[in-house]
Amino acid sequence: MGRETSSAPASFISAVRAVVWKDLAAELRSRELLSSMLVFALLVVLIFNFALELDPQARLTATPGILWATFVFAGTLGLNRSMAIEKDRGCLDGLLLAPVDRSAIYFGKAISNLAFMVIVETVVLPVYSLLYNVNLFQPGLLLVILLGSVGYAAVGTLLASMAVQTRTRDVLLPILLFPLLIPVLIAAVKASAGFLAGLPLADVAPWLNLLLAYDVIFIAISFMVFDYVVEE
Amino acid sequence: MIEVRRLVKRFGLKTVLRGLDFQVQPGEFVALLGPNGAGKTTFLRILACLSRPNLGEVSIAGCRLPGQAAAVRMRLGVVSHLPLLYGDLTAEENLRFFARMYGLRQPEKRIAEVLGLVGLAPRRRDLTRTFSRGMQQRLAIGRAVLHDPDLMLLDEPYTGLDQDACAMLDTLLGQVAARGRTLVMASHDLERAAGMASRLDVLSRGVITASARCDEMDPSQVQAFYRQATEAPRGA
Amino acid sequence: MNAKPRWLMFVDALSLILFLAAAAMVLFYAPTERMMGEVQRVFYFHVATAWVGMLGFCAAGVAGIAYLRTADLKWDRISLAAVEISLVFFFAAIVQGSVWARPSWGTWWTWDSRLTTAAIVEMVYLAYLLLRQGIDDPERRARFGAIYTLAGFVSVPLTFISIRLLRTIHPVLIASGESTGGMNMTSEMVQTMVFSVITFSFIFVSLMARRVQLGRLAEQVEQARLQAVE
Repeated sequence: MGRETSSAPASFISAVRAVVWKDLAAELRSRELLSSMLVFALLVVLIFNFALELDPQARLTATPGILWATFVFAGTLGLNRSMAIEKDRGCLDGLLLAPVDRSAIYFGKAISNLAFMVIVETVVLPVYSLLYNVNLFQPGLLLVILLGSVGYAAVGTLLASMAVQTRTRDVLLPILLFPLLIPVLIAAVKASAGFLAGLPLADVAPWLNLLLAYDVIFIAISFMVFDYVVEE
Repeated sequence: MIEVRRLVKRFGLKTVLRGLDFQVQPGEFVALLGPNGAGKTTFLRILACLSRPNLGEVSIAGCRLPGQAAAVRMRLGVVSHLPLLYGDLTAEENLRFFARMYGLRQPEKRIAEVLGLVGLAPRRRDLTRTFSRGMQQRLAIGRAVLHDPDLMLLDEPYTGLDQDACAMLDTLLGQVAARGRTLVMASHDLERAAGMASRLDVLSRGVITASARCDEMDPSQVQAFYRQATEAPRGA
Repeated sequence: MNAKPRWLMFVDALSLILFLAAAAMVLFYAPTERMMGEVQRVFYFHVATAWVGMLGFCAAGVAGIAYLRTADLKWDRISLAAVEISLVFFFAAIVQGSVWARPSWGTWWTWDSRLTTAAIVEMVYLAYLLLRQGIDDPERRARFGAIYTLAGFVSVPLTFISIRLLRTIHPVLIASGESTGGMNMTSEMVQTMVFSVITFSFIFVSLMARRVQLGRLAEQVEQARLQAVE
């Protein structure tokens, strides 16, 4: 695998920025992806409300789980859509024709997917706080949500770019993604619960470390294998 | 400009290209003819560094593929039958995005120039999604020539275009060829290809079965030439 | 078509003999465990099948890396063979685990770290099979399969760590205990266990070789079909 950097005129960073700018500009105009993610996320929150009959007691323990299930489900919607845009009109080929490193394309897509996740989360959190009268705006919790979302976007972008090239496409993504996400899910739920229950940092630290380790490992793996995902 | 020797490409067990040899001199306009499924698209995708050959040597402008693909990509412009454009961006924004990806020095000046060239300047602020097929294809060509490539690869660029759009495309490609750029165009439209190109190559069953210069051939012979080339037994 | 290679026949026969011997050892040689009684005898094959399962999933990950480096479809056949066999063996290990868990812990299933990880591992490799099913081009199938086994190979230990952590932070749940924790093994027991593990490793090798051979034959058939079509 020849890594092509020196001769490429567009630097790695500017290529990543171009991809992110392109995704955000297109989304700002159509709002297709974000609106469907948001509506879906709110529906998931509502469904949990009825499915679990959340009384004030249950709410406290169930909140982290509900939040993460919501993010994970809404996230797959966004990932699928974001990769389908690239595949449907041959745009992925257009990206690959550009004289930039393939991993710049990966990071561009991963960062815009992360941005969509974060936007959805910033809407869901206040709505959830309002509906269930819990204060979710705690710096620790926000950190956990960010770390979890980074891991999610890192693996999700890699797997979505594979899933979109299969016959079963969007059906396949959650099946591929969820078993690999278990560590993120466990760590994020536990860390969120820890912060919400006001546990000391030392109790939450192992979970934060695990999230961080997952993020680093999967970003590194995606960086190494993305060439194989897009090149025939 | 292009040197291809003994190129083999397999998809799993199916061999699509079987030891193909192909040369193009700078400034030539080669029309690549052949029946559907002959391997034209596969071949162009290999030249465009989108696909890796199983065996054989490919070099473009002195750079070996796939090793020096990055250097080659900078000098390539590709038009396929898909537009390779983002529907939710305007014409101008699409070009601006690709200008960034190609690291152009003065993007705005070049974008305005290209939009004028493909006749889309009045609609530069419109979403590509709202464009007709012909306009999309014009913009696709604008995207391909944005970084002023030395070599253009065109895969059935006329697919789905109406009369006017075809005429526009003829003029555009003629202009590119007149500026001394090299073009390779896959097509199954014999007459149009013979009218535009400087050389006709026939790709059949994974190899080039015939090659002829257009100025040495009477237009009436083209049909016979093509039929003979596609019927030739394997290995001829 | 090549005839059965001789070494394979030998391995097949050897695995069969070893299997009978191991079964005899489990049933007659190993003493009955004092606390748990006869049901503990399931332990030997449980450990052995689980071991083979782990071995296979690791082999699949390594073969995946080898495929990405060489683009030789041979590695893809090995990877697929290892995953298929390991899925079956791992499932057998889980079933034997619950047979054992029922009388000793009083439940078919506990959310203990090993059991839970085992279940998730099965999900990962079932997803791998589904991924392969959705791709027609053999090279892309091999590439994506390799990437996915690699990702699974890395995420499974993280899953295990996270579930472990989950249980230690909630010590109440640990009461159901570790699978080998409370057992004092006699030397006969250790011998039987080691022998079972060796036996199942042989069975694994023999099945693997067969499955890889089958993959190669399927490819030859496909090739012949393609030639006939042309």
